[in-house]
Amino acid sequence: MSLISIFLIGLLTENIVLTKFLGICPVIGTSRNRKTAINMSLAVTLIVILSSIITYFIYYYLLKPLNLIFIQSVVFVLIIAIFVQILERLIKKHNQTLHKTLGIFLPLITTNCAVLGIILLNIANEYSFVEMLIYAFGSTLGFTLVMYVFSSMRERLETAPIPKHFKNLPIAFITAAIMSMIFSRFIF
Amino acid sequence: MRKKISLFIKQNPVFGMTLGLCPLLAITTTFENSYLMGISLLFILILSNSIVSLIRKWVPNKIRIPIYITIIGIFVTILEYLLFTYVPQLKSSLGIYIPLIIVNCLVLGRALGYASRHNLKDSIKDALKMGLGYTFSLSLVGIIREVLGSNTLTLMENTTNVTGYLAKYQVFPTNSIIPNQFFASPAGVLLIVGLLFGLLNMIKGVEEK
Repeated sequence: MSLISIFLIGLLTENIVLTKFLGICPVIGTSRNRKTAINMSLAVTLIVILSSIITYFIYYYLLKPLNLIFIQSVVFVLIIAIFVQILERLIKKHNQTLHKTLGIFLPLITTNCAVLGIILLNIANEYSFVEMLIYAFGSTLGFTLVMYVFSSMRERLETAPIPKHFKNLPIAFITAAIMSMIFSRFIF
Repeated sequence: MRKKISLFIKQNPVFGMTLGLCPLLAITTTFENSYLMGISLLFILILSNSIVSLIRKWVPNKIRIPIYITIIGIFVTILEYLLFTYVPQLKSSLGIYIPLIIVNCLVLGRALGYASRHNLKDSIKDALKMGLGYTFSLSLVGIIREVLGSNTLTLMENTTNVTGYLAKYQVFPTNSIIPNQFFASPAGVLLIVGLLFGLLNMIKGVEEK
């Protein structure tokens, strides 16, 4: 598989939000306005790419030679948790404005299934180091794309005449369904 | 009666609290997958809630999230190992969604929000309530999706070599408009869940703000 097709799979055809439903909670929950959505996706992108690199080395140079593959999920979650903590401290110490925009989202990311999901998919698909980087980048870009489009739509939906029982969550799911239909057409 | 139904919907982890949406949307392609996932989550919830409740007095407040994640992670690893050893057929459908139980908002949410403040008996009761409610919601979506999407109802297919039974039924006669592939696709489940949420809102009634 070429690198471009891996990138496009992550970005469009197998979009993690709309076809694998990873990280659907923040998409439904924090996408009320565009700015928060973009900040959240930036934080996710940062964590996913950096923790993909670390878990790659830990998996292939530590867990696999020692035959400890079965504890991979626990190890990965702990790595993400530790990593998020370190990053939060670093950002708080060095860049106050960045901390104000990303700060509140960082703790949430520990329990975001998109991060652990992408890492587990990297391992399950047996990507090489470069392929893994491309996949992590493509899928987080896909996450950002969906977050941005979705939050714009929800800003518009605030003023739309919707039956009262369908306000907020139900209509969010239905718009997501229409978006997912569009994304399912991206088959090469 | 109406009040009881409304309370039931409000206390349901999926339709009332919107927790744990990833598995609800991702693995409900057949009824069998749905209830297996629900039961797996029920077991993890009971185990993690009871351990968290037992150690609640000794866990320092600052590091409780990593500790709880580790506890849940250990149970999930055991479950993953047992499930995929005895029923390897499930690996293609449930694959990464079993390890993803570790970061499921429902399990961690109940550990943080309930079990860390209540005694063992109440925590197990809460785990049972949440787990059964979750299994119910997954099964409901699973049944709707499988009947509309592939016109079958699978009670046991992948687990056949453990239980010894094969139970898969056709629901509607052939040559009807069902099955429609759309309902088995990701877009279909989003639509079903959206309509279901709206319908349940109608049943329980929305408070005017």
